Amino acid sequence: MTGAPLIEVEDLRIDLDDGERRVAAAEGISFRIDRGETFGLVGESGCGKSITALALIGLLRPPLSIGAGMIRFDGREIQHLSAAAQRDLRGNRIAMIFQEPMTALNPVSPVGRQIAEMFVLHKGNSWREAHQLAVEALASVRVPAPERRVNDYPHQLSGGMRQRVMIAIALACGPDLLIADEPTTALDVTVQAEIIELMRNLCAERGTAILMISHDLGLVANVCRRVAVMYAGRIVEERGSADIFRTPSHPYTQGLVDSLPRLGSRAALGRSRLKEIAGVVPAITNFPDGCRFNPRCAHATDICRSVAPTADLLEAGGLVRCHHHA
Amino acid sequence: MKLRANLVIGGTLFALAVLVGVLAPWLAHTDPVLDANLMNAEEPPSWTWWFGTDDQGRDIYSRVVYGARVSLTVGIVSQLINSVIGVALGLSAGYWGGWWDDVVNALTNVMLAIPSLIFALAIMAVLGPGLTSLLIALGLTNWSFTCRIARASALSLRNQGYVQAATVLGYGDLRIMMTQLLPNMLGPIVVIGTLGMGSAVLSEAALSFLGLGVRPPFPSWGSMLSDARDQITTAPWLSVFPGLAIFLTVLGLNLLGDGLRDILDPHSRSRRT
Repeated sequence: MTGAPLIEVEDLRIDLDDGERRVAAAEGISFRIDRGETFGLVGESGCGKSITALALIGLLRPPLSIGAGMIRFDGREIQHLSAAAQRDLRGNRIAMIFQEPMTALNPVSPVGRQIAEMFVLHKGNSWREAHQLAVEALASVRVPAPERRVNDYPHQLSGGMRQRVMIAIALACGPDLLIADEPTTALDVTVQAEIIELMRNLCAERGTAILMISHDLGLVANVCRRVAVMYAGRIVEERGSADIFRTPSHPYTQGLVDSLPRLGSRAALGRSRLKEIAGVVPAITNFPDGCRFNPRCAHATDICRSVAPTADLLEAGGLVRCHHHA
Repeated sequence: MKLRANLVIGGTLFALAVLVGVLAPWLAHTDPVLDANLMNAEEPPSWTWWFGTDDQGRDIYSRVVYGARVSLTVGIVSQLINSVIGVALGLSAGYWGGWWDDVVNALTNVMLAIPSLIFALAIMAVLGPGLTSLLIALGLTNWSFTCRIARASALSLRNQGYVQAATVLGYGDLRIMMTQLLPNMLGPIVVIGTLGMGSAVLSEAALSFLGLGVRPPFPSWGSMLSDARDQITTAPWLSVFPGLAIFLTVLGLNLLGDGLRDILDPHSRSRRT
């Protein structure tokens, strides 16, 4: 295996064009994920994490488009591939699972058929072979009695079971990268843990890299080796996930870490208020000059209000975009 | 479970009509065309002549039985053509959007603006009378409602999670339309199709009545009505029985359509549970 990363994003800008003007919904996005690595993208709703994922699989649709930058998957630039070549990557080498297992499965088709379709579509198997492979795929995601369950329709399955089926579909063709967009948000906490565990184990067994997208810093840090925190369309900090909890460097990340309730802490016991980040996320059409976090930042100075910080390498590894980082 | 009267009655009537059409050679007493006998002309309904005879002494019962073949063929085949056209145009327009959607919309609006029977008349005038031209004329003029429904369904379905998931999983457009969109919009399409069959049966009757349908002497319900109109006062059975056949078939199809809608519509289904 070469040392080349599986996916490499360089200075990506995603434009939102509403017909009158063009604004950057995300910009300066750079990261790389190695084969078999786990990488997390964390941020609030609307910070640009989901559209970054869509850009990776070449599925940005108007009014969104890639304005600048480069995405290289396995050495090939995704933007320059033909539509057919992109389609061949999707589901086959890059797969994705979604937030809503309730709606992400076709209600009128048995789940086994939906899994089998992946083998027929990407691997050229016959339907008979694909059906057998679908049973095996269901067994691999620990669905009990898979040879019976293949004939079930989505509404006959619980939320957790459906998410298992989604994972089976996503991993059917043995992709190199699995993008998980809020994969457990709609599930019970206990089921959530099982699903995460399952996803992590299966990907580790098969050497599939994971790009996990979530607003839940704790969950992402638990799954991923490295975490990037996004704020208002920019990556503000990228660190190893242990470091980001111990020594968050960007004021926004510090705010996120401080706002997590911890068992046994004073806040959890009701003796003090849980910390919050003051203010609200700026609208996409109205990003502040300079550092986009400056209106909410306790440490903001004049330079923060005029000059956008560049990404600084940290001694401990990782990088941060802040003029005053620790 | 509560028995659905409209579904049962409609289904029975339609099944009966189909059965009569299929079994016509065994059900008919005489040949509908050849067994003319002026000795028996204009007999009123009796044990021998169940529905009476016409002015050429042909058995009305046998002619009504054979007429079912024409009416149902026209109803089913022309509506199938309509459904295929309507779904193909509406589904692709709703899914793709853009200029294709504009084109299909304009076409649908034009079709809705022209009374479909007049349009069918014009096509028949070009193609000449006969069963094939009848199928083509009625099959090309009644797809606009199906198209509208298919387009509206595609518009709402394409934003469903599973359709987006299919895109992400590398499905091509055609595969998405066939496996994700079509099966999920089949309910309303089937309902519209059933109702459309009823109106196609009526259109066939109307066109045959105007002399543009199936060529005489072969019987169709519409042409029988047309032939009977001069004798409606002297021999009412000539118009009553083919009229009744049309009425019952169309009623059956409409009830069936209603019943299917009740079953297939998720809203009425959730109301039930």
